[in-house]
Amino acid sequence: MNAEKTITPKLVVRDLNFYYGKDRALKDINLTIPEKMVTAFIGPSGCGKSTLLRAFNRMYQLYPKQKATGEILLDGENILDKKQDLNTLRAKIGMVFQKPTPFPMSIYDNIAFGAKLYEKFSRHDMDERVEWALKKAALWTEVKDKLKQSGTGLSGGQQQRLCIARAIAVKPQVLLLDEPTSALDPISTAHIEKLIDELKEDFTIVIVTHNMQQAARVSDYTAYMYLGDLIEFGDTSTVFTNPKRKETEDYITGRFG
Amino acid sequence: MLNLYTRRRIINAVSLSISVLAMLFGLFWLCWILVTLLDHGLPALTPVVFTQMTPPPGSSGGLLNAITGSLMMTLVGTLIGTPIGILAGTYLAEFGQRGWLAPVTRFINDVLLSAPSIVIGMFIYEVYVVKIGHFSGWGGALALSVLVIPVVIRTTENMLRLVPNSLREAAAALGAPQWKVISFVTLRASRAGILTGILLAVARISGETAPLLFTALNNQFWSSNMNQPMANLPVVIFQFAMSPYEDWQRLAWAGALLITLSVLTLNIVARVVFRQSATAH
Repeated sequence: MNAEKTITPKLVVRDLNFYYGKDRALKDINLTIPEKMVTAFIGPSGCGKSTLLRAFNRMYQLYPKQKATGEILLDGENILDKKQDLNTLRAKIGMVFQKPTPFPMSIYDNIAFGAKLYEKFSRHDMDERVEWALKKAALWTEVKDKLKQSGTGLSGGQQQRLCIARAIAVKPQVLLLDEPTSALDPISTAHIEKLIDELKEDFTIVIVTHNMQQAARVSDYTAYMYLGDLIEFGDTSTVFTNPKRKETEDYITGRFG
Repeated sequence: MLNLYTRRRIINAVSLSISVLAMLFGLFWLCWILVTLLDHGLPALTPVVFTQMTPPPGSSGGLLNAITGSLMMTLVGTLIGTPIGILAGTYLAEFGQRGWLAPVTRFINDVLLSAPSIVIGMFIYEVYVVKIGHFSGWGGALALSVLVIPVVIRTTENMLRLVPNSLREAAAALGAPQWKVISFVTLRASRAGILTGILLAVARISGETAPLLFTALNNQFWSSNMNQPMANLPVVIFQFAMSPYEDWQRLAWAGALLITLSVLTLNIVARVVFRQSATAH
């Protein structure tokens, strides 16, 4: 897919190691994530794909016993550097989680919460930003008449699109999706997959998924991970039709995992 | 040998009967207390109770000064204790993962939570009443606030811990600094639970006698000056109920019924508040 697009590296991972206490969860990961494309991480449970994703916005720093060594370059700048301000980093790299996490406030305020952290808005500008984000997340028509209602009252699939809208309302450069459809029904999943395809026009997307068909459907590049190692990384069609490594082939064909 | 199903049914029936009996036994005493209270309290609960001051022995009067004093001291005690309790509870729940300060605070708070209230009364007597040289409404409010703090700390911490970590992560992932995550997301998510805790703390202090006996003492006359000894329902009940005068005893019953009814109302309100938020999620 998209072979005609020019490839610019957005995130470059160099010799990344990750530790939960003494356990080494990622082993010397090297990887380049191209700009404005969808990169999928696949692999069996516990392979480190979510850990790798959570290293990109340093989510692990909420927990005292977790640490990462090595480098992750965002546009050439090492974000694992101690001098990197966490909050501005997270404004540039947004994240959507496995379970929908609407805040206990209105739909409008859910979207506005993140956006107004780093930008000043007039009332009118904020209205526009909320509408823009909800339209991008394909939720606008469903909620435009109930923006003042609580976000927790929406259905699961709507809540997840609300979370996507909330993340893109900050206008990040990168969007991290951690198994965004695993708690959703097939119709909501289809909604969100379609959305991912549209969002890559504006954002660099990294998605973790358990579902190999999903990776094949939505991604341009695929990384297969196993037990903390990056086994194979490449063009999605190549990884799925003509994998270089035997382990990848076994996993993809369902002989393992 | 009975078959497995019959045996299970017998065990089930026996345990169920024992549980129901225990429940009835407890309920019996509670009902008896309520019935006695209503029986003696209702006839005594005349409009005069709300319009006149506590009388001298042998004459009739009301409880107006005691009701006012109780309301004022409960209000001030809650206003002092609640912010401290919420802030401390927030610290324990949100920052208490590392270091030694949080576990030590939590332990001391548990001790405070179960400390006899008379000890709290003596403490405030020693550190406040003795220093200023006379009993006062402020002393009473202080003693009550010391009782409010541990209850609010405990409920705040418990309620914040019920907020799933995924919500904190989601807010942090947007680039929100921790103080914004806490004040706009986690505290907001648990506000109904915290409010319930505050109401239960108010219910607890509105019936406390011992801490007021050492601090606010009593005042036979109308006084809304917090710097003077202050009348309050529990101490008036304590004094009047033990007196030989029939008028005083009747007023004591009326006061007891008033306290019970207000505590009951607070408990019901707390439940309604909590349930409403539970269905909203």
